[in-house]
Amino acid sequence: MPQPPDPDWIESRLIGARPRAIAALLRYFRDLDLAEEAFQEACLRALKSWPENGPPRDAEGWLIMVGRNTALDHVRRQSKLTELPPEDAMSDREDVEPVLAERLDSADYRDDILRLLFVCCHPDLPATQQIALALRIVSGISVRDIARAFLVHERAMEQRITRAKARIAKAGVPFETPGPVERSERFAAVSAMIYLVFNEGYTDANPASERANLCGEAIRLARLMLRMFPAEPEMMGLLALMLLQHSRQGARFDETGAPILLEDQDRSLWNRSMIAEALAIIDKAMLHHQPGPYQIQAAIAALHARAGKPEDTDWAGIDQLYQALERRAPSPVVTLNRAVAVWKLEGAQSALDMIAPLDNALGGYFYFHGVRGALLRELGRNDEARDAFGAAIGLASTAADATHIRKQLDRLERSGAQTS
Amino acid sequence: MLYTLLCYNDEMVTSAWTKEEDAAVMARLDEVHRKWADNFRPMLRLMPTSAATTLRKSENLVVDGPYAETKEQLLGFYVVDVDNLDQALAIARELAVANPGGAYEIRPVMLYYPDGSAIDDAPAA
Repeated sequence: MPQPPDPDWIESRLIGARPRAIAALLRYFRDLDLAEEAFQEACLRALKSWPENGPPRDAEGWLIMVGRNTALDHVRRQSKLTELPPEDAMSDREDVEPVLAERLDSADYRDDILRLLFVCCHPDLPATQQIALALRIVSGISVRDIARAFLVHERAMEQRITRAKARIAKAGVPFETPGPVERSERFAAVSAMIYLVFNEGYTDANPASERANLCGEAIRLARLMLRMFPAEPEMMGLLALMLLQHSRQGARFDETGAPILLEDQDRSLWNRSMIAEALAIIDKAMLHHQPGPYQIQAAIAALHARAGKPEDTDWAGIDQLYQALERRAPSPVVTLNRAVAVWKLEGAQSALDMIAPLDNALGGYFYFHGVRGALLRELGRNDEARDAFGAAIGLASTAADATHIRKQLDRLERSGAQTS
Repeated sequence: MLYTLLCYNDEMVTSAWTKEEDAAVMARLDEVHRKWADNFRPMLRLMPTSAATTLRKSENLVVDGPYAETKEQLLGFYVVDVDNLDQALAIARELAVANPGGAYEIRPVMLYYPDGSAIDDAPAA
């Protein structure tokens, strides 16, 4: 029983087609604004035509073709473009869907997607602009919703995105097909940007907020990348890492929005299907024997996810993985995290010795003082613990974080009262 | 007579569904599941293709991603209960020796209802 597509169906079809369609249009026009306008125009026509004529079999091909043709007409009328794209880029002008669909599967098409995402994380752009641009252009999220996610006014976000686009236009879209080295550089930049999007959402306690939605958006972008480049173990690692972190969303905050530590979380609230998917993807990545920072971090998160109870956690495995991470991507924050594993394995004193040299590097870091306070408290050095927690509160970036540390202080006072 | 109904759709579209849309689709499906409860046998939902691996039998080659060729036809499938991907691949390799040609796509299963029960408690994907 054929039925006309309902508006929801069309809507999700358009959202689903967006990244690939815009990526292809960017290749034709080499101009972000023009590509976006062309896609918009194609969407408007789809909304009009699909309910009347039925949806096309290859919706993406349809949108690309219609978008390109309408934009070309528009460009010709406006005579804005002095020079049309070269003939080789236009050689697929046959208005025949199968031909277009075939091209969509070709290898250079994968580079379209990579280029589109890479353009959004141009090194000249500050991180906040990169994320905003990717969300606007690749994901198609409205400026209003992005502004809400970033807790800024819509006007300010509009300006941020306009500025970012102007910079990119000035720098020029990297049109040439990337070589292997360049491709892997683009890959690294895109991975980092996707993880930034995720982390923006990760800190939000309200799972229904615009901001928390960014986690799901980042996961979609990683899936998109993996569909285009299925054999990239680090992208598998990133996707698995985000799924594992996201699986705990329902357990990470109490009803006041204060964060709950991993060991205190109700593990029955963890999303089992996300964990299962992540574990399956890590299995796949391991077959490549090319470990990298995302895979190692995912493996660490997986060891937490596999533990039914906190006391079942494989801390020795986590310690080893953090050591591997220290070798590949050394940073004081990694050492701080490893110290938590050492705490569980060898006790608080060993962990405290381990983080002592980090004082300079992490003196302005909230978690450093939080961990240090907890270690000192366990060792009964309550005055020092109090100072460390005090320093943490001073550095807390959210009220919820500060509240969390105050609770630690309360525990300290209570235990102090009991022992004295 | 046993038939299989194999579900095809565009992942880019289904992954664009909001939680509400996903739940609405599931609720509509559930009505059909209930109506035909006596006829349904095992039901399962596969994980996204990002979790898929493919064993090309003739070359004994493991590649990432789903089986994308259109020359071959889907002739059957197994459901295996294993500890990890390595074990699933080990079984697939033995099957490949016994029956060369074509490929096995190895894909983890997200939801499995062995008796075809309606999926009331299915978590949104």
